[in-house]
Amino acid sequence: MIAQAGASFVNDLFNNFWVVLVIKAVLVLGFFLVAPLVVGYMEHKVLAHMQARLGPWYAGRFHGWAQLVADGVKFVQKEDVIPEAADRSVFSLAPAVVMIPYIVTVVVIPFSHTIYAENLDIGIFFVLAMSSVSVIGVLMAGWSSANKFSLIGALRAAAQLIAYELPLVLAAAAVVMQNGTLSLIGISESQSHVWNVAWQPIGFLIFLVASLAELTRPPFDMPVADSEIIFGAYTEYTGLKFAFFLLAEYGGIVVLSAVASVLYLGGYLGPPVVASLLPAPIWMAGKIGALSFFVIWLRATYPRLREDQLQRFSWLALVPLALLNVMVVAIVKIAVK
Amino acid sequence: MAVDADEVRREGQPSIPGLGLLKGLTVTLKTMLRPAVTQRYPDVKPDLPARTRGVIALKEANCTVCYKCARECPDWCIYIDAHKETHEPAGGGKGRSAKVLDRFAIDYALCMYCGICVEVCPFDALFWSPEFEYAEYEVDELIHEKEKLEEWTYKVLPPPPLEDGAEPPAESSGSQSAGVPGVETAPPGAAAATVAATSVPGVRSVSPPETPAPAAPPAAAPAEAVAVSTPEAPALKAQPAPSTEHKEVSLDQETFDRVLAELLDKGTDRRVAEGQARRAAMIAARKKAEEG
Ligand code: SF4
Ligand code: SF4
Repeated sequence: MIAQAGASFVNDLFNNFWVVLVIKAVLVLGFFLVAPLVVGYMEHKVLAHMQARLGPWYAGRFHGWAQLVADGVKFVQKEDVIPEAADRSVFSLAPAVVMIPYIVTVVVIPFSHTIYAENLDIGIFFVLAMSSVSVIGVLMAGWSSANKFSLIGALRAAAQLIAYELPLVLAAAAVVMQNGTLSLIGISESQSHVWNVAWQPIGFLIFLVASLAELTRPPFDMPVADSEIIFGAYTEYTGLKFAFFLLAEYGGIVVLSAVASVLYLGGYLGPPVVASLLPAPIWMAGKIGALSFFVIWLRATYPRLREDQLQRFSWLALVPLALLNVMVVAIVKIAVK
Repeated sequence: MAVDADEVRREGQPSIPGLGLLKGLTVTLKTMLRPAVTQRYPDVKPDLPARTRGVIALKEANCTVCYKCARECPDWCIYIDAHKETHEPAGGGKGRSAKVLDRFAIDYALCMYCGICVEVCPFDALFWSPEFEYAEYEVDELIHEKEKLEEWTYKVLPPPPLEDGAEPPAESSGSQSAGVPGVETAPPGAAAATVAATSVPGVRSVSPPETPAPAAPPAAAPAEAVAVSTPEAPALKAQPAPSTEHKEVSLDQETFDRVLAELLDKGTDRRVAEGQARRAAMIAARKKAEEG
């Protein structure tokens, strides 16, 4: 009797819209707080070894695994300095505006055909729209800091976003055209035989390069070029607010790696023959890890592009290539029909 | 990483676009897969080259208190205090005077490690020692006194043998083999190593006291008068010089062998191991001498 009542209570609980909402929110937030730390630690270690160093070693005793946790604690302890001339409310709001869009995009990332927080019909559209919101936060940070370096950095970030959003969206559009769906789960499922990267290798490269630029990661890190503008829009930030910006950067790597693997690498589906060897979430995590590694690898290898090279590269190379890619995909699609 | 010149030249010529970018990626990837070169310093002591310029060390027995180093030091960071003593020879006759070193200190907060003092010292009393761990919490405590400077000389290593075909140093004619423990007999053509070894502190002190080191004959007389309580002098020693002053001791062979074996087992470079073993052996010998 009691057991039955208990079971039905649990059932009710998990059917309650609000309870489920809270659980999902907590899980999404948890993922957003953990995954960037893993990627950040990977960056420490991979960069170090690519420079023949060891990297973090002591924190947490084993190969410095707790280094970023220690860094987080350090950030919390720091004084929260707001410059006198700064626009206080905008200044304080900016880190949140940068970070929240990335948290929100985690919602639509599928880890298997059942494990996801939300399956939006307009999934990829939602992701691309959200990821470009964060640049508003960067602009806010740069403008409100009342610091010329911050302002230059923020404007560079905005210019870069405008230039690279176009190839990013065009590359994604080609995939959507081919698979005939905007939903991330739909796109993953339609790659069960052949991954999209086999049909659209050029599109994959364009998407990778454009997302690097969108994240302002090296070699496209002009907006935070430390040798000329200190740390761009984030120059005046300290403590937790600064940590939020860093978290957003690594969160961005995770999110865009996830989106790239859904669009081109079959998402949570393993390679056709060996797919059943590992569960779907592991495949997804592995792909995110591999793409993040690639992002870090590029950072260790290439020097920064100059601002004019960066703009030229986008408008004269990537955008035409992406347009061509869309056209070819459209023609082939109609011809095959 | 080492990219050979040929590879660089080839890259200058027109080739497949993007090839250079891919090559860059392979370089970083290869480096990642190689073991890191980091020396895990506080946990593992670094293997420093024999001639490392870590700190200035003083071999007190060689110092004649000529003040050359103090005057040449661009920072004026060497402090020397001394007094004069006259010794009546046992058989009568004119007294002999000697300067006795009371204090020799270097202020390492000022020292800029230019090495001029080592260069100018005419009696081979100052040396570069590979020791480098002498940080202090207070600036004032960076003035290190002669006892500390002496201890650092134990770590000075004999210079590496000359390369094949190198011109032998001028002094090598008067070369004299000192029974140096632990130092392998120099290979032919490297007589220089033996010569240099005789002038190295710690090593020199092993040789019998009546054999003056060829490199510093003038130092021998005053050094004996001051450091070793020679039978002819003690009567006149009324000065308040502390009796713990400086005693000539010879290596504690037992400690030397033990520490050397330990370090070699750990894979330490032989030269470095010898230096550290010598240091341990000298400290042990001093302790013994003080106790007994
Ligand atoms: S190394 Fe140069 S600065 Fe230092 S004590 Fe010698 S002479 Fe003076
Ligand atoms: S250390 Fe050398 S230069 Fe300095 S006082 Fe002694 S003998 Fe002279």
